Amino acid sequence: MPHNHNALRRPVLEIEDLSVGYETPNSLVHAVSDVNLTVHEQEILGLVGESGSGKSTLAFAVMRLLKGDAVVTKGRVRVAGQDVYALTPAELRSFRWKKMSMVFQSAMNALNPVMTVETQIVDTLLAHQPDWSRERALARARELLELVRIDAKHLKSYPHELSGGMRQRVVIAIAIALQPDLVIMDEPTTALDVVVQRSILDEIREIQQREKFAILFISHDFSLVAELASRVAIMYAGRIVEVTDSETLADGYRHHPYTEGLIRAIPHLTAEQVVIEGIPGNPPNLMELPSGCAFHPRCPYATEECRQARPPQYPSEHGLIECHLFKPQREAQHV
Amino acid sequence: MRYVLNRLLFLVVSIWAAITLNFILPRLMPGNPAAIMMAKFQGRMPPQALHALEIEMGMASDKPMIVQYFDYLRSMVTGHLGLSYTFYPTPVSAIIRQSLPWTIGLLGVAWLVAVVLGTLAGIWIAWRRGSKADAILPIGTMFFQSIPGFWLGLILLYFAGFLHNWFPTAHAYGDDVTPGFNGRFILSVLYHGFLPFLVVFLGSVSGWIVGMRNNMIMTLGEDYVVFAEAKGIPTRRLIFAYAARNALLPQVTSIAIALSTIIGGQILIEQVFSYPGIGYQLTNAVTSEDYPLIQGMFLIIAVATLVINFIVDMIYGRLDPRARRRGATS
Repeated sequence: MPHNHNALRRPVLEIEDLSVGYETPNSLVHAVSDVNLTVHEQEILGLVGESGSGKSTLAFAVMRLLKGDAVVTKGRVRVAGQDVYALTPAELRSFRWKKMSMVFQSAMNALNPVMTVETQIVDTLLAHQPDWSRERALARARELLELVRIDAKHLKSYPHELSGGMRQRVVIAIAIALQPDLVIMDEPTTALDVVVQRSILDEIREIQQREKFAILFISHDFSLVAELASRVAIMYAGRIVEVTDSETLADGYRHHPYTEGLIRAIPHLTAEQVVIEGIPGNPPNLMELPSGCAFHPRCPYATEECRQARPPQYPSEHGLIECHLFKPQREAQHV
Repeated sequence: MRYVLNRLLFLVVSIWAAITLNFILPRLMPGNPAAIMMAKFQGRMPPQALHALEIEMGMASDKPMIVQYFDYLRSMVTGHLGLSYTFYPTPVSAIIRQSLPWTIGLLGVAWLVAVVLGTLAGIWIAWRRGSKADAILPIGTMFFQSIPGFWLGLILLYFAGFLHNWFPTAHAYGDDVTPGFNGRFILSVLYHGFLPFLVVFLGSVSGWIVGMRNNMIMTLGEDYVVFAEAKGIPTRRLIFAYAARNALLPQVTSIAIALSTIIGGQILIEQVFSYPGIGYQLTNAVTSEDYPLIQGMFLIIAVATLVINFIVDMIYGRLDPRARRRGATS
């Protein structure tokens, strides 16, 4: 079983009890609450959630790139065994990208419009390997472009001369330039059309197998993540409500009510009649979270207990679930 | 290269348009310089001289306007700007040659220093957003920006010049020095130039600080700057190459726009300090209806503005690869 298989692998990313809040004039609004998550070496872990569920905030917190009013209020982040928040700024500058890197959500804007692709790749290499010669960095830049299937002549191109898919590939090339252990991909294909999206996903998988890094793949596209990742974490209102093996998503395994809703919302190409079921209601406002389980107002199974007490994490057949329905004795009644 | 040719063509056409306007405008103005010249000599000239003057000044009506226009174009191209009426018979080009260095050398440099220092200060305080310098610098300089330059000039003249005698109240250098490349002359020029320099500098530096600060803060929030920070670009290179270069683009546009208004502002400042620059001479020329001199001054102002704009365009093209492309296709 893949879940047990992971136990043999070294963890690359360990998130423990992480909470991230945004300071507002009146209060601290938590975008990420009590998150526990582990990504093992060479694993692709998918992180799924609606807009505003805290996925990107979590990614920025792992990278220690939170800006402005966002602060980590508790918890720890370890990458390759190193506590990211224990590093000095200088150590952080060299640690980031060598051990962990990130492909931004709006990769279209992640490239500097006034600099050539070459400069932006070579800068990255030389920032971490100051003893490298320009020629060596240039040779590596060429190699990286070929790895993402872009002709090396585009080294001299400016971002506005490239298509969206090519720009995204350049950003991926920059992300893997220093062979990190972990690459966070924050909605890397969202801005692209389906055809380009498909070919980039195939490339990501291929490069990942060749270069052997782990990926935390963030997306709101449930079916895409289910296909790419070996394990999937589902995020709702800043909390990880379920972690499960991705093959359990297709069959009749029991899931968190929110996950079930997401599964029902996937359109099936081969179905005769397309009936897409949505989840009733809207994601909650993080400023006024519902009491108890944040999902209870939208949950068809909600009980009085759900309204009052926040559920703890229970082990499920293939991972963890944060839901009162999965309390061991109840489970016995249901099954 | 196509971008450069494109801008160059634009430059030539604009200069031609400026020359043509320069020909038309004074001819629409009331008054006749020959008559003024006659009045100046208060009857000591015979009446026949009026016609002679009119012919000499190119005001004689026997030539059709279109011929006058082509004569005018020809003399412009060959650099003959005519003779000044007030400093008759000094050629206009000689007067311009005398006054232009003062305008460029003092007020132009003061303005340029304000642009460069203001921009650097804007970059710095945007990077250290929320620091003391960020709180003080924009507001402190804004105080001077909100005071009209000529008024600030008058106040400074009164206190530092008239009351306390710290600085001279007029002219570009003292009567006791000989112009030339010698220490005393240079010191005298710097001494006389200090107050007008200060007025021009204080009057514009705040705008550049605040403008650059705001551009820079916007740019620092862009994904490509955060991405560059994440990928480990050293701070200095991050600020200047990744952020400031992009933040500079709107600043360069403001510089180009401000250039056309700066000469107007300097006329007043040169007037207040009796500084012998282009603006000072232009005021004299207008009050004495010295057509050739006015035309020459206008022309030099227009050409200077256009040439500086051309230079700004070239800088913009170097800074932004997208502008090079747009310029070539338009």
